[in-house]
Amino acid sequence: MTDFKNAEELLELCGHRQQPISEIMKQRECDLAEVPMTQVHERMALALEIMRQSASAPLRSPVRSMGGLIGGQARLLHGRLESNSAVCGSVLTRGIIYAMAVLEVNASMGVIVAAPTAGSSGIVPGLLLSLQETYAFSDEQMINSLFNAGAIGYLAMRNATVAGAVGGCQAEAGVAAAMAASAAVELMGGTPQQSLDAASTVLINMLGLVCDPVGGLVEYPCQNRNAAGVANALTAAEIALAGIRQMISFDEMLDTMYHVGKRIPYELRETALGGCAATPSGCKFCHT
Amino acid sequence: MSFISVFDVIGPNMVGPSSSHTAGACAIACLARKMNNGTLKDVTFTLYGSFAKTYRGHGTDRALLGGIMGFATDDIRIRDSFAIAEDQGITFTFIPNDTDTDVHPNTVDIRMENADGRVMTVRGESTGGGKVRIVRINQVQVDFTGEFNAVIIIQQDRPGVAAHITKCLSDLGVNIAFMRIFRESKGETAYTIVESDERLPDDIPLRLTVNPHIHDVMLIQN
Repeated sequence: MTDFKNAEELLELCGHRQQPISEIMKQRECDLAEVPMTQVHERMALALEIMRQSASAPLRSPVRSMGGLIGGQARLLHGRLESNSAVCGSVLTRGIIYAMAVLEVNASMGVIVAAPTAGSSGIVPGLLLSLQETYAFSDEQMINSLFNAGAIGYLAMRNATVAGAVGGCQAEAGVAAAMAASAAVELMGGTPQQSLDAASTVLINMLGLVCDPVGGLVEYPCQNRNAAGVANALTAAEIALAGIRQMISFDEMLDTMYHVGKRIPYELRETALGGCAATPSGCKFCHT
Repeated sequence: MSFISVFDVIGPNMVGPSSSHTAGACAIACLARKMNNGTLKDVTFTLYGSFAKTYRGHGTDRALLGGIMGFATDDIRIRDSFAIAEDQGITFTFIPNDTDTDVHPNTVDIRMENADGRVMTVRGESTGGGKVRIVRINQVQVDFTGEFNAVIIIQQDRPGVAAHITKCLSDLGVNIAFMRIFRESKGETAYTIVESDERLPDDIPLRLTVNPHIHDVMLIQN
């Protein structure tokens, strides 16, 4: 029976079996959900397909969101990439475009894959799809990397929280970026330890981020924060791949992220009563 | 601790924008529909807490109506559920309730009236990440999530009814994962909820209703 309760146990399993994080997570799913590997694999292939659709559709045909706060951002960014004027370079720019595109689809009632939540659903596909385009990874490798991301998100769900209402945006966009960073490290040939170091780095760098959606809607600043989440994930992956260690483990960071989240005031945990939501501009969309 | 699947993390696949306000709302209504034997004619959704405040911008209304018509959380028809419900001849109302605050922030009461005049009200809570639970059926507090296959039995609170239920299920070879009984008060209506890992035999209702104290049986399969 393959299972793990924390990152330390996950690393031990990886070391003992000489397997990447993705393989351990796949085996865990087969064992605990009692389903065959082919079925688990197919289900993740479908998730990848939905991710790809939602990351690309708004580049051709932008739609206005339900709340009317966003729509068309991905296409604008894509125009800059096409004309070679994107200042971020191609990997990060594509990541940002895809992340913002997914949020546009989400906010207009299109189909997305929550990863780990709908509000943070752009970060994992954003970074991973960008890496696939740049480095020509196979869909097989992409699917594996989603299992790696899933392992990080599972630990966050189990040992901390991924709900903005409980832990703020650090628990949603923060965890999504940690997932993306860890998966990116595995894709780029890094070790399980480097994956977890990258996940840890993201939580360190996004610690304390509040959840303050304007009008209480999953639109603004959520879409921007998904783009920033990609940048955080990419930065963390690069640091980890260079062999730079973090002194604070992912387990410790999850624990502290959770405790910081609990101490974030109620107004800054998805209630739309503080932060961006309570600024004069944001409050034009306040609920009376 | 219940099992967290990789597809709870990379998932659910869903129509946006919110796992709790859209996917969760759809899932609650979908469960309510499965609990209702008969042809739905009219449905009233009473929304509480954050549902009441933000339901339009989150498409909670469309998701609820889609769910009551049996749409899954990733069914794009959710977008057009108002028109589809009208086509199906289902009338619907949404009532935001801002006064009752002593409820979970994402709560909905779903009152379903069938063509034959039967009425059933179900209260559901969207607990985050698309997870939901049903906390009330008509006037009785219950607790189930729909993650397992379930049989819900409406019965009179009388000696021997529970024994009859377990005997029937055992005769049919059903392995019970969880079984709980909820009641209004002594001797009144009670609800038994039995959950199982496996798919439940379709003739369970027929077998159970042999007992005169069992009023109705609902099978909720995944």
